[in-house]
Amino acid sequence: MILEYAILKLIWWALVGILLIGFAIADGMDMGVGNLLPFLGKNDQERRVIINTVGPHWDGNQVWFITAGGAIFAAWPAVYAAAFSGFYMAMLLVLFALFFRPVGFDYRSKIGDARWRNAWDWGLFAGGAVPSLIFGVAFGNLLQGVPFYLDDMLRAHYEGSLLTALLPLLNPFALLCGVISFAMLTMHGAVWLQLRTEDPISSRAVRAVMIMGSIAAVCFALGGVWVAFGIDGYTVTQQPPLDALPNPLAKEVIVETGAWLKVYDTYPLAMLAPVLGFAGIALTILLSLFKRPGFAFVTSALGMTGIIATAGLSMFPFVMPSSIEPNSSLTLWDAPSSHLTLTVMFWAVVIFLPIVLAYTVWCYARMWGKVTVEEITARSHSAY
Amino acid sequence: MLDQTFIELSRWQFAATAMYHFLFVPLTLGISWILFIMEAAYVMTKNEIYKDMTKFWGKLFGINFALGVTTGLTMEFEFGTNWSYYSHYVGDVFGAPLAIEGLMAFFLESTFIGLFFLGWDKLTKRQHLMVTFFAAFGSNLSALWILVANGWMQNPVGSEFSPETMRMEMTSFFDVVLNPVAQVKFVHTVAAGYVTGSMFVLGISAFYLLKGRDVGFAKRSIAIASAFGLASALSVIVLGDESGYELGDVQKVKLAAIEAEYDTLEAPAPFTLFGFPNDETQSTDFAVKVPYALGLIATRSTDKEVTGIKDLMTEHEERIRSGMLAYGALSKIRNGDKSASVLDTFEAHKKDLGYGLLLKTYTENVTDATPEQIQAAVKDTIPAIAPLFWTFRIMVAFGFTMLLLISCAFYYTVKRNIQEKRWLLKGLLWSIPMPWLACEMGWFVAEYGRQPWAIGEVLPTSLATSSLTTGDLIFSLIGFVGFYTFLLVIEVYLMFKFARKGPASLGTGRYFGETSSPHMQPAE
Ligand code: HDD
Ligand code: HEM
Ligand code: HEM
Repeated sequence: MILEYAILKLIWWALVGILLIGFAIADGMDMGVGNLLPFLGKNDQERRVIINTVGPHWDGNQVWFITAGGAIFAAWPAVYAAAFSGFYMAMLLVLFALFFRPVGFDYRSKIGDARWRNAWDWGLFAGGAVPSLIFGVAFGNLLQGVPFYLDDMLRAHYEGSLLTALLPLLNPFALLCGVISFAMLTMHGAVWLQLRTEDPISSRAVRAVMIMGSIAAVCFALGGVWVAFGIDGYTVTQQPPLDALPNPLAKEVIVETGAWLKVYDTYPLAMLAPVLGFAGIALTILLSLFKRPGFAFVTSALGMTGIIATAGLSMFPFVMPSSIEPNSSLTLWDAPSSHLTLTVMFWAVVIFLPIVLAYTVWCYARMWGKVTVEEITARSHSAY
Repeated sequence: MLDQTFIELSRWQFAATAMYHFLFVPLTLGISWILFIMEAAYVMTKNEIYKDMTKFWGKLFGINFALGVTTGLTMEFEFGTNWSYYSHYVGDVFGAPLAIEGLMAFFLESTFIGLFFLGWDKLTKRQHLMVTFFAAFGSNLSALWILVANGWMQNPVGSEFSPETMRMEMTSFFDVVLNPVAQVKFVHTVAAGYVTGSMFVLGISAFYLLKGRDVGFAKRSIAIASAFGLASALSVIVLGDESGYELGDVQKVKLAAIEAEYDTLEAPAPFTLFGFPNDETQSTDFAVKVPYALGLIATRSTDKEVTGIKDLMTEHEERIRSGMLAYGALSKIRNGDKSASVLDTFEAHKKDLGYGLLLKTYTENVTDATPEQIQAAVKDTIPAIAPLFWTFRIMVAFGFTMLLLISCAFYYTVKRNIQEKRWLLKGLLWSIPMPWLACEMGWFVAEYGRQPWAIGEVLPTSLATSSLTTGDLIFSLIGFVGFYTFLLVIEVYLMFKFARKGPASLGTGRYFGETSSPHMQPAE
C-alpha cells in the first residue's frame, strides 16, 4: 500500500513521537532507577536489589533511544543533521554520562571492594541524572528556537562553540523543562522500584514518588504559564503545498509570544495532552500511596505520554525552529526524507515494532517477581 | 575553502571511535555463536560441564559486550554530531539501514542478552537456549544492516541526486540492500568475528592446558572452538573478498593501491608480494612479484586487467572537468534557472557532480578552478599507497597464520593429544591479539582506501563535516579517547582477572582453585 506523501509526513511525526514516548517509558524507567540508586539503597545488598530490578532489561530499554536516533536519521535527516551537531556539547555530555551505564551494570558487582562498588553507583547515578535532565533542557531549547541557519547548499550553521554554545542552552526556561523531565523520569523509576522490591526499599520509593510527582506537576504548570506569556512561539505564515519536495527554505515564519498555544485553539482536542499529563501524575501519586504500584506504573506512563505530547503538539508543525533565521526552521513538512524512504521505514516500523513489543513483554514476564536481598545473596556470583 | 585541520580532526575522531568500537564487535559476533553451540551441547547431553562452559565464556563475553554497547552508542549519533552535512546529504538512503538495524537487530540482541546473563534460574533449558540463539542472531543481524549502510558508502547504488532537495535520494531499497559490496563485506566481516571468537576461546583454553588445570573444561572448549574456527578461518579467506572489486571506481582505486599497481599491467597481472611503494616516483622499489597471482585474486580470471593508478588518475581528471559543468548547472538550477539547456547539462554530467565537489577544497566556486587546482584535486583522488599496501599484507599474513594454528588445534583435538603439544598451546595463547589486529587493519584498508570519498564518487569527505570549530573537536576527541582508554583499561583488567581465575569464578565448587565454599567471596 502506498500512502500519500503528506499523510506519511504526518504519520512520521507521530511515529517519532511514539518512539520518544517509548523511550521515556522504557529507558526513562531505568534512568529514574539510577537517579534513586544512591539514595534509596542504604547498603550494598539493597543497592544490588535496586540494580537487579532493571538488570535484565536496561539494555533492551536503551535501544528505544538508539532506535529513536536512527529513526530521526532515516525520517528527518535534516533534523538529525542540524540538531545533533547544533547541540554538540550537550550531546557529548549525554553520551559521556550514558557510557557509565553498560559498564556500571556489568562491572560493578564483579569486584567486592566497597570503593569500587560505590564509584559505579555514582556512575549509574550520573548515567541516569545527566541524560534525564538534558533531554528536558533540549526540549526547552527547541521550544525557544535554536540559533542555527541553513545556507543555500542546505548546510546547517550555528552560533558559538564549546562553552559559548553550551551555556546559552542552560537558560531558566530550559532548566525548568530539565527539572520536569528529571522529576517525571525519577517518579517513574520510583514506581517501578515500589513494584519490584520489598520494604524498606519500596516504602522509601513511595516517598520518592510523592516528592518527584509533585515537583513534576508544579513545574509543568509553571512551564505552561511561561509558554503563554513569556516565550516566543513560531507561526508559519506561508506554507508551500504539504506534499511538496522538502525544502526548508521555501516557507515563511514569524515569531510571536504565545504562538505555541494556537494549536489548542485550532484543535481543542489537543487539550487532552496536558490534561493527561496532570491527571497521570496525580493518579500515580494516589495509587502509589494506596500501594497499587502496578496501576501507578500505567498512570505514570500515561502522565509522561501527556507531557511529551504537550511539548510536541504545542510546536506543531515545527520540529526545530530557528531563533536567528526563522525561515530556516525545520517542520514536519519540510524536514522529512523522500516518499520512498518514508514508505519503506513506515512498513519497517509497522512490522517490527509489534514484534519487539511482544518479545519485550515475554522477557519482562519471565523475569517477574520481587527482587529480594535473599535472592541476591543466593545468586551472588551471577546477579549484577 | 575548507579548514583542513578541522577536517583532519573530524576524521581522526571518527577513526578513533570506530576503531574502539570494533575492538569489541568481533568478539561479540563470534563468541555468541560459540556460546550457543556450547549450550546446545548442554541441552542435548545434559552434561553440566557444557552449562558451566556457557556460563564462564558468557561471563567473559559480558565484560566485552558492555564496552561494545558503550562505544556503539557514540557511533549511532556521530553522523549527526560530526558529519552533519553528510547526514543531510545522504540520510535519505543511509539512515534507513541504520534505523532498521535498531528495530530489527539491536532490540533483539539487547532484549535477550539480559536474560542470557540473569535468566538461568527463571527459564527452562530450552527457553534459555532460545534466548542465547536470539542474542547471537541479533548481533549478526546488526552486522548485516550496518554493513549494508557501510557498503553503500563504498558503492552507492539504488539512489540518485536530486537538485530540488540538494541531497541523494533512494530510488530502490532492494538495490541498497542487495548491494554486492555490502554482501561481500558482510560475509567477510562476520567470518572475521567468528575467527576472533574462536581464537579467544582457543587461546585462553590453551593457557589452562599449559598450566595443567581445568583440563576437561579446556579440551571441550577447544574442541568446539577449533571446529567452529576452522570453518570461519576458511570462509574469511576463501569467501571473504569474492567479487566486490569489479564494481565502482573507488574499489578499483583501492585495489590498485593495495597492490601498489601504478601502471596498468597486461592480464593476468602479477601480485606484488613485497616491496616499498613510492608515491613520488609512482613505482614500487624492491618489488618481489608472483606472476599471475593478482589477476587471479582480483578478477578471478586470467584475461581481465587490473587498472593501474596512473590510468585511473587520467580518468579522474576527465570526470573532474565534467563535474565542474555539473556543478555550474546545479548552481543555476538552485538559483531558479530551470531552462531546458541547463537541465540537460546537469543530467549529462550529474554522475560526476561528486568529482566536481572535490574542487571545493581549493575554490569556493568550483567552476572557476585553475588547471593547477584541477591537478591537485586529481592527486587527492588517490589515497597514500604505502599504508594500504602494508596493512593489507599484515591482515592476509595473520589470516593464514591463524588458519594454520586453528587447523593444528583441530587436528590434534581429533587425535586427542593436544595437551602434549606445548608449542601449539603457546602459539595459540600468544596469538590472541592477532584477530583483533587483522580486523583493525581490514577496516583501515576499507576506510582509508575509500578516501577522499565519504560516499564513493558522490560526496568528498572534506565536505561531509559539521559546522563546528576546531576547539569543539579537540575537546571531544580528547574526551572520547580519554574516556574509552580509561574504560578499556578496566575491561582488560577484568578480562585478565576472570580468565586467570577460570571456571572457578562461577562458584560451583568444581573447578581449579576452589578450596572453600562458593559463598566465601561475594565478588563476581
Ligand atoms: C560488523 C559489525 C558492526 C559494525 C561495523 C558496527 N557495529 Fe555497532 N555493534 C555491533 C556490530 C557492529 C554488535 C556486534 O551488534 C555490537 C557490538 C558489541 C555489542 O554489544 O553489539 C554493536 C553495538 C552497537 C550499539 C549498541 C547496541 C546496544 O545497545 O545493544 C550501537 C548503538 C551501535 N553498535 C551502532 C553502530 C554504528 C552507528 C556503527 C557504524 C558507524 C556500528 N555500530 C558499527
Ligand atoms: C566498526 C568498524 C569500523 C572501523 C574500525 C572503521 C574505521 C574507520 C577509519 C580508520 C576511518 C578513517 C579513515 C580516514 O579518515 O582516513 C573511518 C572513517 C569513516 N567511516 Fe569507518 N570504520 C568502521 C565502520 C564504519 C561503518 C560501519 C560506517 C558506516 C556505516 C563507517 C563510516 C565512516 C565514516 C562516515 C567515516 C568518516 C569519513 C571519512 O573519514 O571517510 N565506518 N572509519
Ligand atoms: C587472508 C586473507 C584475507 C584477505 C584476502 C582479506 C582481504 C580483505 C580486503 C581486500 C578488505 C577490504 C575490503 C574493502 O575495502 O571493502 C578486507 C577488509 C577487512 N578484513 Fe580482510 N582479508 C583477509 C583476512 C582477514 C582476517 C583474518 C581478518 C580478521 C580476523 C580480516 C578482517 C577484515 C575486516 C574486519 C575488514 C573490514 C570490513 C570489510 O571491508 O569487509 N580479514 N579484507
